[in-house]
Amino acid sequence: MSAGTRASPLPRRVAARPHAGFAAALLHRLSGIALALFLPMHFIALGTALQGADRLESFLGLTHNGFVRTAEWGLVSALALHMVLGLRVLALEWFATAERTALIVSTCVATALAVGLLFLLGGA
Amino acid sequence: MSPMLYLAQRGTAVILAVAVAVHLGTILYAVRGGLTAGEILGRTQGNGAFLAFYGIFVVAAAIHAPIGLRSILREWTPWRGRSLDGAMLAVSALLAVLGLRAALAVYLA
Repeated sequence: MSAGTRASPLPRRVAARPHAGFAAALLHRLSGIALALFLPMHFIALGTALQGADRLESFLGLTHNGFVRTAEWGLVSALALHMVLGLRVLALEWFATAERTALIVSTCVATALAVGLLFLLGGA
Repeated sequence: MSPMLYLAQRGTAVILAVAVAVHLGTILYAVRGGLTAGEILGRTQGNGAFLAFYGIFVVAAAIHAPIGLRSILREWTPWRGRSLDGAMLAVSALLAVLGLRAALAVYLA
């Protein structure tokens, strides 16, 4: 076989790593932005309790629709995703772990989806 | 990112990893069959451990989030300098004030 007909010198598994790492970084940032935007609204909602339980209850009543519940599911999933991807970053930085990036990132996403699913199945 | 911001970001990340895991567990347990204001306040009213936990949670988030946002904005936009730092300090103060107010609200309600 001549050099010109050879496939990429990098094994396929190694060549795929940058894509998984990029996806992890992008998902970590996007979930972080979503949480940062949501947090003030979440705090304001809970702060209505200062005006009594009825006020908080009436606010919660406004959230009983499909759009808000979908958003809640997304945010719970985003919180779980941001946490597990953050743990991955800490492990990479502090323990110099050699990781199988695609596998770890896939596991992070699956964990977040599982938490979101549990939230939905819980009757939220 | 300066060493101080790095340490603050990663240090709060460790605190938040624990706090978020507890918070998610609480959410998944509490929302079974729906959630009412009475159920929320029944757990939180006068509960000092709750107030301490969420006070730490809020302060850690108020430090962690603006540092992360600052990094993203510096990577994805041309925004730099004191105006960016000032805006992120404002975000931090907003999160701390609203978050501590929320924790106190469900503690005192």
